[in-house]
Amino acid sequence: MSDEREAPNRLPAGGSIDRDRPLSFTFDGKSYSGYAGDTLASALLANGVVLMGRSFKYHRPRGLIAAGSEEPNALMQLEKGDRTEPNTRATCIELYSGLSATSQNRWPSLSFDIGAVNSLVSRFIPAGFYYKTFMWPASMWLTYEKFIRKAAGLGVSPTAPDPDRYENTHAHCEVLVVGAGPAGIAAAAAAAASGARVLLIDEQNEAGGSLLASATGEQEPVRAWIADAVEQLQSNPDVTILKRTTVTGYFDYNYLTALEKVTDHLPPGSDPVAPRQRFWKIRARQVVIAAGAIERPLVFADNDRPGVMLANAVNTYINRYAVLPGRNIVVFTNNDSAYRTALNAANKGAEVVVVDTRREVDNTLVESLKNAGIKHFPGHAIVSVQGKLAVGAVRIMPLSEDGKTVQGQAWELSCDCIANSGGWTPSVHLFSQSGGKLAYRDGIAAFVPDAATVRSVNPCFSAGACNGTFSTTDCLSEGATAGRAAAIAAGFPGSDVQLPASDPASDDRGQGDIHPLWLVPTVHPVGEGAAKHFHDFQNDVTAADIHLAAREGYLSVEHLKRYTTTGMATDQGKTSNLNALAIMADIRGAQIPEVGTTTFRPPYTPVTLGAIAGQETGELFLQVRQTPMHRWHVEHNAVFEDVGDWKRPRYYPLGVEDMHAAVQRECAAVRDRVGILDASTLGKIDIQGEDAAEFLEMIYTNGWKKLAVGGCRYGLMLNEHGMIFDDGVTSRLGEHHFHMTTTTGGAARVLNWLEEWLQTEWPQMNVYCTSVTEQWAVAAINGPRARELLSTLTDIDLSTEAFPFMTTSEGQVAGVPARIYRISFTGELSYEINVPARYGRYLWDTLIEAGKAFDLCPYGTESMHVLRAEKGFIIVGQDTDGTVTPHDVDMSWIVSDKKDDFLGKRSLSRLDTARDGRPQLVGLLTEDPAFVLPEGAHIVSQVLDKPPMPTIGHVTSSYLSPNLGRSIALALLQNGKNRKGDTVQVQLMDGTVINAQVSSTVFVDEKGERARG
Amino acid sequence: MKAYSLLALARNGLAWQKDWQRAWRSPDPAAAYDVVIIGGGGHGLATAYYLATQCGVNKVAVIEKGWLGGGNTGRNTTIVRSNYLLDASAGIYEHAIKLWEGLSQELNYNVMFSQRGLLHLAHSVHDMQEIGRRGNAIHLNGIDSEFLTPQQVQQMVPFINLNCRYPVMGGLLQKRGGTARHDAVAWGYARGADAAGVDIIQNCEVTGFQIENNKVVGVDTTRGRIGAGKVGVVTAGHSSVLAEMAGFRLPLESYPLQAWVSEPIKPIIDCVVMSNGIHVYVSQSDKGELVVGAGSDAYNSYSQRGSFDLIEHTVGPLVELFPLFSRLRMLRQWAGIVDVTVDRSPILSKTPVENLFFNCGWGTGGFKATPGSGHAFAHSIAAGSMNEIAAPFSIDRFNSGALIDEGAAAAVAH
Repeated sequence: MSDEREAPNRLPAGGSIDRDRPLSFTFDGKSYSGYAGDTLASALLANGVVLMGRSFKYHRPRGLIAAGSEEPNALMQLEKGDRTEPNTRATCIELYSGLSATSQNRWPSLSFDIGAVNSLVSRFIPAGFYYKTFMWPASMWLTYEKFIRKAAGLGVSPTAPDPDRYENTHAHCEVLVVGAGPAGIAAAAAAAASGARVLLIDEQNEAGGSLLASATGEQEPVRAWIADAVEQLQSNPDVTILKRTTVTGYFDYNYLTALEKVTDHLPPGSDPVAPRQRFWKIRARQVVIAAGAIERPLVFADNDRPGVMLANAVNTYINRYAVLPGRNIVVFTNNDSAYRTALNAANKGAEVVVVDTRREVDNTLVESLKNAGIKHFPGHAIVSVQGKLAVGAVRIMPLSEDGKTVQGQAWELSCDCIANSGGWTPSVHLFSQSGGKLAYRDGIAAFVPDAATVRSVNPCFSAGACNGTFSTTDCLSEGATAGRAAAIAAGFPGSDVQLPASDPASDDRGQGDIHPLWLVPTVHPVGEGAAKHFHDFQNDVTAADIHLAAREGYLSVEHLKRYTTTGMATDQGKTSNLNALAIMADIRGAQIPEVGTTTFRPPYTPVTLGAIAGQETGELFLQVRQTPMHRWHVEHNAVFEDVGDWKRPRYYPLGVEDMHAAVQRECAAVRDRVGILDASTLGKIDIQGEDAAEFLEMIYTNGWKKLAVGGCRYGLMLNEHGMIFDDGVTSRLGEHHFHMTTTTGGAARVLNWLEEWLQTEWPQMNVYCTSVTEQWAVAAINGPRARELLSTLTDIDLSTEAFPFMTTSEGQVAGVPARIYRISFTGELSYEINVPARYGRYLWDTLIEAGKAFDLCPYGTESMHVLRAEKGFIIVGQDTDGTVTPHDVDMSWIVSDKKDDFLGKRSLSRLDTARDGRPQLVGLLTEDPAFVLPEGAHIVSQVLDKPPMPTIGHVTSSYLSPNLGRSIALALLQNGKNRKGDTVQVQLMDGTVINAQVSSTVFVDEKGERARG
Repeated sequence: MKAYSLLALARNGLAWQKDWQRAWRSPDPAAAYDVVIIGGGGHGLATAYYLATQCGVNKVAVIEKGWLGGGNTGRNTTIVRSNYLLDASAGIYEHAIKLWEGLSQELNYNVMFSQRGLLHLAHSVHDMQEIGRRGNAIHLNGIDSEFLTPQQVQQMVPFINLNCRYPVMGGLLQKRGGTARHDAVAWGYARGADAAGVDIIQNCEVTGFQIENNKVVGVDTTRGRIGAGKVGVVTAGHSSVLAEMAGFRLPLESYPLQAWVSEPIKPIIDCVVMSNGIHVYVSQSDKGELVVGAGSDAYNSYSQRGSFDLIEHTVGPLVELFPLFSRLRMLRQWAGIVDVTVDRSPILSKTPVENLFFNCGWGTGGFKATPGSGHAFAHSIAAGSMNEIAAPFSIDRFNSGALIDEGAAAAVAH
């Protein structure tokens, strides 16, 4: 970079940036330069860019507040086109070459934003104003809403599919350590020393946690120890360290989720192998949470002006990124931790003033300021901030004893940066998600995990700053103790680790004696005057809004949250929640713990949807199931239908045939000659065991004990309500061995059903159910010439005497072992030939070849539906809908009255289930034989001019029957059994009324002779 | 009650917001009420509101264990629709929509009922048959319903992936369906009820019923005994617990049901899209968040905690249906407890205990019914017998078998 001018705020030396690797990038179309090791935020700040975004509601100009994932303001639209990504925190984007970012929620430009008129009328649009207006006239709401919606939102969604790849992965470990700061590293070291498998996860790109913000020379012994410990952990094969990874959720039984940003720090698409992000699902025996703490802002007038930052963020930019955010810095604090920032900034050449709300400050701190030439205003507060697009100056005044008012001599201090600290909030998010309760600790003015409330299903330990322990020495020892305890709890011997010697002189002081001042007063009462005291920056929620919520009775912390939207922005209130509820406590005159906290909800930071979906997109979203014959169907132009997970041929058009023509041709072929159907998808369950027959007696409505070996029988299954649930033919292969078939879509459901009864209700039964759906390939040949065709390929005696209808036989077909079921879903002479799946395509090809002599016709599901409808055979789920009994479909013959019990039997006798006049399955013949009723059309009891009209039934199946040369339909019709011969009226959506005659459901071969022949 | 209006906003703006009234009082419980409603969610508050404003019941209290609207009222995906298959369902949900249509004005509280259309997708021949039947049934019940072709679906929802794993074959649109601002519904009813004299008592848990001669005469609470002429229980996921206190059982199972929102983005999807074939539904809130939900967890629980795999099983389908959403991020997920009956239809019913009424079993779809449920329940409690709209939802149906099996019939997650 020697030939270019250095960015104005970049310090000449220091930081963990790589000055040998300059990177250029653009923000709002303007080019800038940064270094490898920068974040987008630090690079912009180095270049003197202070204005980075606009707020959600008032469109106030906003700059950086933080240096980490808690950042509420600097949200960017990253990249363009199909890789664009809205609402990305500049503080979490590692700079890469060619990065392009734009600001959001502003028009036409970031510095001149029309939306900022909201700011001018802010007085009239307080929290919840929209509940009180936009109601007149009622019809206008959608119009108002259109504008509201346009104004809302932040960045824009991509409008093209994501070109990047994501992964999901699982991990198991004995000890999961969340956070690789001093406490986390000590914990990992202690657990690893015990021999436990350890997973150490941190969201930064390097370990160190809070030490990453410390200046060179600060806390050297600890830094050296950390470096050494990390090296040892890295070389330990039982330890996995994930950097750039955020633990996002804590679910029951120590199941945690994490998002790893694998290649987000590289130019998009530049890594040809690695996924963009990886989503981890972790099962940990024990968890050590060492997630650190987040500094919270002081809530003072106009504390949102660009240049107002958290003190430790300023420190981080100085020490980690070598960026000095301002030349004239006012440090405003109520605790000790910000003094470090003051000294560091002064050391780097900034003019620094410290304004402390406390009257008494530890003498060593006062001395150190004096030595550094830093002005000190104890007992003072900032009462106003000047500057809109950037901070220009502040006014400070002495605070009253109780901190409620300001009075006395005011001072104006010009400045370009305000580094403020309201204290530190332990990151209790994960602990709270685990179900643990929080306890308020007065000494640090914050909530900490209550170790007594760790739930037994989610064993975990909290250590370090997230546990309210702020000094580095204490964090190390607490971490080591937690790591050791976690290893012991996971069943390992405890091991100690050698920690660096405590050095009080160099140790960081943490907060010291914090002065909890939740709302910094000005000369005006809060809520009056133009100034705003923000606590939730992104959602623009102010202290005045909390007062308003309290005034209107939204006192519960959840009401407060929902009414004002505090804590509901993309930062989920990381910097705002405690301030909000403390202000509410003050208004209510209650203690902070009485107000309580809202529930911490996963994820800790927002998670990319693509990463959660992982590999399971596109073709892998839900794998397509294909039969062994699938390729043949594709080669022969089949049009497929999704049935459950399966692709089934719906019809096979020849030339320019449409579905109608193809189906007419296929159906005629089956009735006239012979057709072939791929029936492999039918659910098949092998049932064995001494009690198999007894079991089927309970599962089906009819009798099974007397079924001879080799016999097949159709069965209906009912649910507990007596309603038809599935059907199919089951065959007896041996005394204790049955082969059950189910509907294609119902196969898994039926197996679950069988298992549920076996496992929970009838554990005494000796029955084993095995899904064999995919073990068998099935070709069903149907039609008067089926026997002739089959006889060319098998030695099995196919005569009716030797192999009657509803029996099964085993033998060789086309030279491969086969089970043939002589059953029929078309009403024709039919053989369902089952062969081991690996012979499926061979069998099919052989049948097709042999079938040429018989003009064999392949047919699909659509023809199958027509053919079965001609016979009045029901399709469960189409002619039934879970509210239909066997009696309703005219199948009382299948309901045994001899059996003591079967599933659904009791319900069949219930008052409504047994009554007359229920919807019952009937046939319908339209007056106009050419008219095919739409499925789903309703039968009305009375035709009226317009709806509502009383309905008495609906069409369940409807086709043009090639064999009858007219339309046929099945319908569920109230009292249908007694309406045979009646004419009913079908009312279509377009107002047309179709007359139809109620008929039998069997339209072809009523006696069933064809199948038996 | 001082009315909300643009003028009121202006006046209060000038007065630095100092003159706004409390939206509802925080009274101590009286010794006795004509009707005590247990449960301060949307349904309970609506019931109290209609009891006080339409049924001439003077002394009404709502008793709430926690904070108003803290149960499923504040945890749902805010969808409102009435495109149900069965007449009884159509009856109550359409009754609700008609009330929704004037609710903001009636309550003088903007509940942001937004009729921007609700689209059910069909992804298979079976789905097409299902929407075919349901579309006709809805139409003949006098409720708006339209079939859309895939191209029309694409026009309404430009970025949808019609050729997803189960290609979109059509859609069923209810234009009068949409969303509402869930919290506002509870608050609006609370404010209206309070103005009509209803005592809303938060942080008061019922610990038992006072029952004499099989007649309820009061409730025991953490704030003492409260006498009651009649008691209406509207406690969603905890209804079975309350029933047990009253000495009977209800055919309910409670499950966690989860939902989540994305980070807010500028408007990208205008209507509500529901897909049973892919198993996800999504809408975009006025704030810009995508609001996403799907099925309930498979295990019973009274805890508001679900398991993550259910969340995964909504994200995958969402990205499959809308591949452009892949780079967006999940902001917040949560769970509620839903009380589910065997036919997945609600219970509005008298009980074995005289003067004790239950309104529960709304399962995964109660929010949309809030006004209709409250209205029907209030009138039924006042009359002492269930009105025409509520009658089919009696607990007697579990004995008679006259189930209202919307789930079985329509295979619709609702």
